[in-house]
Amino acid sequence: MAHRSTVSDRSYSIVMGGLAALGILILVGPVIIVLLTSFTSSRVLTFPPPGFSLEWYAALFDPVKSGHIHSALANSLYVAAIATALAVLLATAAALAMARSRGASARALEASFMSPLILPGLSFGLAALMFFSILGFRPSINHLIAGHLVVIAPFVFRTTLASLSQFNPALLESSASLGAGRFYAFRRITLPIITPGIVAGGFLAFVASMDNVPVSLFLSNARTNMLPIRMWGMMETTLDVRVAAISGVIIIAVLVLMIVMDRLTGLTRRMSM
Amino acid sequence: MAGAATYEPGRVDWRLAAPLGLTYLAFFAAPLLILLAMSFAADDRFASFSADSWVKFWGDPFYRGVVYDTVWLGLIAVVATSILSYPIALLFISCGPRLRKLLIFIILLPLLTSVVIRTFAWIVILAREGVVNQTLISLGLTSAPLNLLQTELGLVIALTQIEMPLMLLPLVTVMQQINPSLSDASRALGGSKWRTFFRIILPLSLPGWIAGATLVFASATTAFISQTVIGGARLVYLPSLIWQQSMVVFDWPFAAVASVTLLVAVLSGVMLFSLLGRFARID
Repeated sequence: MAHRSTVSDRSYSIVMGGLAALGILILVGPVIIVLLTSFTSSRVLTFPPPGFSLEWYAALFDPVKSGHIHSALANSLYVAAIATALAVLLATAAALAMARSRGASARALEASFMSPLILPGLSFGLAALMFFSILGFRPSINHLIAGHLVVIAPFVFRTTLASLSQFNPALLESSASLGAGRFYAFRRITLPIITPGIVAGGFLAFVASMDNVPVSLFLSNARTNMLPIRMWGMMETTLDVRVAAISGVIIIAVLVLMIVMDRLTGLTRRMSM
Repeated sequence: MAGAATYEPGRVDWRLAAPLGLTYLAFFAAPLLILLAMSFAADDRFASFSADSWVKFWGDPFYRGVVYDTVWLGLIAVVATSILSYPIALLFISCGPRLRKLLIFIILLPLLTSVVIRTFAWIVILAREGVVNQTLISLGLTSAPLNLLQTELGLVIALTQIEMPLMLLPLVTVMQQINPSLSDASRALGGSKWRTFFRIILPLSLPGWIAGATLVFASATTAFISQTVIGGARLVYLPSLIWQQSMVVFDWPFAAVASVTLLVAVLSGVMLFSLLGRFARID
């Protein structure tokens, strides 16, 4: 009896341990491989790279050779910054509005505020293109901002709502009984407590906007080209090694941002709550 | 008590919810309504209405096959991510705080690096002279390089990595809340590790799995970049069909039918997963 259970337990450990190792390898391996490939001295994509060189980074940073990539990056950063700022304002207000409500209307509203996460982005992208063109608008960067705003607002809404759920309303009652005004209490009590949630959500929203494909695919044009769409184009036509260099820059930027965010907001703690 | 008005239980402060709500109505609900209307339009100027595009789409076995393949791809992605995510989540709840932090970084890093980059990585790995083929050849498992790009297998492998964080985050969140003494009790009463996993951990982690499965399904069925770049021209899924019909052929009503179909397919999948959860919880 005891022997049989040890065999079974050993098989459990082997299977689960093996799958966990495989899963982690699959998660991290590609990121490391892209990072190493970006330093290749070869003109074609091979792993392991035959030699080490920074030529693809040099080509990437050269404004003459890579001007179109730079302008796509500038567009993406601009749209992400504005859309994130608007998402933080609107979604934080909405989260505050629903913080302690458990009624049916609150539930329905919460589900609809989260729905862009589930609804297929590509259907929405095409819908937005039809909507703007039927209203007679010429494509512009403002439409990209509006589309991104809808898609990224759920991230801020979710993290802010989560941080509000751990907020003790007695704090507000005691501040009111001590004579604090409504706005003063919000600024001195509520806001400091929920700021890490807002910042973490804003960070995720910004990254989601930078990475957004479906909305940008339909709403951007040659003048308002966005970075992921430009990279897709470079991958589809020629397997340009500069894509690896762009990837390298983004991976390092994300790593640095993640460490900063973790220090500021306890991002890792917040994500595993 | 004006200061506490915002936090009154059971009430939604509509003045604060309105800005986001109106933004959604204008830029989310209205476009989706236009999309639905367009699927019944005779042309992209709404000259007249008809169900022609719907008949054309659903009357053709090719397009029905595309719908089937798209849903199937999403389901396979859910299965593949589940098989790899549970062991990682188990590792996560059983290890110390430092390793936990490292694991969260490992989960978040791919999620935060662009989908385009992750797809690009898999081209490097799955190509004819890529890492997988080189390894297989050097191990003597195959003599000629395998074609992994432009196959469903290659796409599923890539999507597994691309979507795994979406499964892992909710799963880890829920599994952390399972009282560890339940597993201890099961073990003390003679339950094997397998039995403890299937009878205790699996049922109790179901809400997290459902949240993860929903996100993975919704994301894998609409993963346009991965589907077109790794699947190539040979594999057609709804997103590439929508792209081609709307921006290459410019048949907007037909593209709208494909888009509404994708939307309904994803929502049906989402509802199916939540239904599964409800049945499982009664058990």
